[in-house]
Amino acid sequence: MSMREMTYSEAIREAMALAMTADERVFLMGEDVGLYGGAFGVENDLIDRFGAERVRDTTISELGIVGMGVGAAVTGMRPIVEIQFSDFTAQAMDQIANQAAKLHFMVGGQATVPLVIRAPGGSGTGAAAQHSQSLEAWFTCIPGLKVVMPSNATDAAELLLAALEDPNPVIVLEHKLLYKQSFEVPETFAVGRLGVGRIEREGSDLTIVATGVEVQRALEAAEQLAADGISAEVIDPRTLKPLDLPLIVSSVVKTGRALLVQESVRFGGFMGEISASIVESEAFGHLQAPVRRLCGLDVPIPYNPDLEKAAVPQVGDIVREATALVREW
Amino acid sequence: MSTALLEDAAAALEALGTMWRIRLFEEAVEDLYGRGMMHGTMHLSIGEEAIPTGTCLNLVEGDQITSTHRGHGHCIARGADLGRMMAELLAKDNGYCRGRGGSMHIADVATGNLGANGIVAGGVPIAAGAGLTNQLTGNGKVAVCFHGDGAVGEGAWHEALTLASMWDLPVVFVCENNQYGMSMSAKSAFKVDLSAKAAGYGIPGETVDGNDVVAVAEATARAIDRARAGEGPSFIEAVTYRWRGHSKSDKNRYRSKEEIAEWKGRDPIAAFAHRLLESGLVDQAQLDAAQSAARDAIRESVVFGTKGEDPDPAALLDAVYAPSAVDATDTRLQEASR
Repeated sequence: MSMREMTYSEAIREAMALAMTADERVFLMGEDVGLYGGAFGVENDLIDRFGAERVRDTTISELGIVGMGVGAAVTGMRPIVEIQFSDFTAQAMDQIANQAAKLHFMVGGQATVPLVIRAPGGSGTGAAAQHSQSLEAWFTCIPGLKVVMPSNATDAAELLLAALEDPNPVIVLEHKLLYKQSFEVPETFAVGRLGVGRIEREGSDLTIVATGVEVQRALEAAEQLAADGISAEVIDPRTLKPLDLPLIVSSVVKTGRALLVQESVRFGGFMGEISASIVESEAFGHLQAPVRRLCGLDVPIPYNPDLEKAAVPQVGDIVREATALVREW
Repeated sequence: MSTALLEDAAAALEALGTMWRIRLFEEAVEDLYGRGMMHGTMHLSIGEEAIPTGTCLNLVEGDQITSTHRGHGHCIARGADLGRMMAELLAKDNGYCRGRGGSMHIADVATGNLGANGIVAGGVPIAAGAGLTNQLTGNGKVAVCFHGDGAVGEGAWHEALTLASMWDLPVVFVCENNQYGMSMSAKSAFKVDLSAKAAGYGIPGETVDGNDVVAVAEATARAIDRARAGEGPSFIEAVTYRWRGHSKSDKNRYRSKEEIAEWKGRDPIAAFAHRLLESGLVDQAQLDAAQSAARDAIRESVVFGTKGEDPDPAALLDAVYAPSAVDATDTRLQEASR
């Protein structure tokens, strides 16, 4: 397949443009997505290409705009709502958790809510505690929502297209540090599939499951580990809900060790769910070491750059933990 | 449309019948609850029937409504099937929500009722979003948002009115001011008439007697016509009173017996019936027939509801997500989503 270079932002923008071109029901609304071009520049010139009707600048009203997304979705549109920082979903949580997620169930299947919420998360930009969180665990425990965490440009585009085809509300948690990174992407984006994880690198000594920006760090760590004679398999679940558990379990059956890496805090985090699912599965009898989690510290994200780095797993942390897991067991 | 209520006997009797169906449906529900045949909780709108009735008679097919936790009246006035409603409240599989939603989530999407809502002001942005669909597609439809006085204190209400106003959306906000948000009196909570708040959003606001079905019908007709003509949203405060407690736990400690009795004297159904009789538009026999037809319909709904099957717990997990094309073709994914 012939490939090209594109940033994560450009890929998301291209996917939104593809969707708006193909389906007149698709439109985008959010804070500063139009004239400003998006707080992170994701939308850029979309307003020029599709007009202010379909690239809608809203007031600073997260609850209102998600709620309007629900109302538009339930009446036949395919809205994309951007929440400028995923931290601000706290302002919108009633509409996400009580309305969007539950409506289909509560009304006995009479209605569907094909709403896509895009929200950037993650630390590393010096934006401190209210603009840097990784909140995926909030969303994965709400029945009715689907949760996507793309770790590269192709997934960001193709899983967004999949989310737009899905009749259920999908929250796509993008990562701010990835927006400006370039990736190799296919000539044309296809519609991805929700609930399908991917083995990013094959290995035999341990399985590293990582999400979001930690996928890249895990791949860098795997490279260093290889130089030290440790063969790490790296899995990106890509969709947290539905979760491709069979992929993870079969990998752990093969390697006998699991290191679970997330940027979000450890306590009550999503990797706890994966950990429990592994030990409840047939992989249990194959484990040669305890399942280990490497997560963000249980602290708000701090401002000082060294503190900020210390609060979430870095490449060196993954190398250290993986080495210990393989060498000490 | 609405002036027909005082000139056209058929239209008048239809409106009266709707109010009777709401009243008698809720009395039946209260009775079933009292006899232990219905569980959970419920919020009755007895005394407030003129507002959904007067409003919904101005709607056409395809117009949407959003409703509240006190939503039986909206559902009935929009044309829902009484049997499927009663079956839902009786938690049966043949109810509107297959026994999964109950009173607080009753919906009839086919008639444009996007659902009652257990969250105060939860439906307000949703109605604005339906209005956005109407505007974007140019379908000529209007969304009506029923909400209570309590919703006016919510951020969701403010955000939805802000956006609906900014974009001139075809939405009519109908505030059923029954004077108490649970126990909080609206008079204590808000220093102005609620309709005065509309000015803050640059949209028309009007206060009407919510116990006068004709006044409600006239005010909402103006607002709905305005929305349909593309002139944007309006806010209507319809002042009424709930005869029953907030829910089944209410001991009425925040209001007096005298106040309740006074408002029972302003019964919207009796007032409208009296007015029709006085004007000579209909006779007593016609009024009685409207009431008795409603009584028969409610009786049939109880029979239908009690005969329904109980829902199967085995179907629960499949009820959470709407099937997507991908799910349907990949059993591994279905497994993964469990």
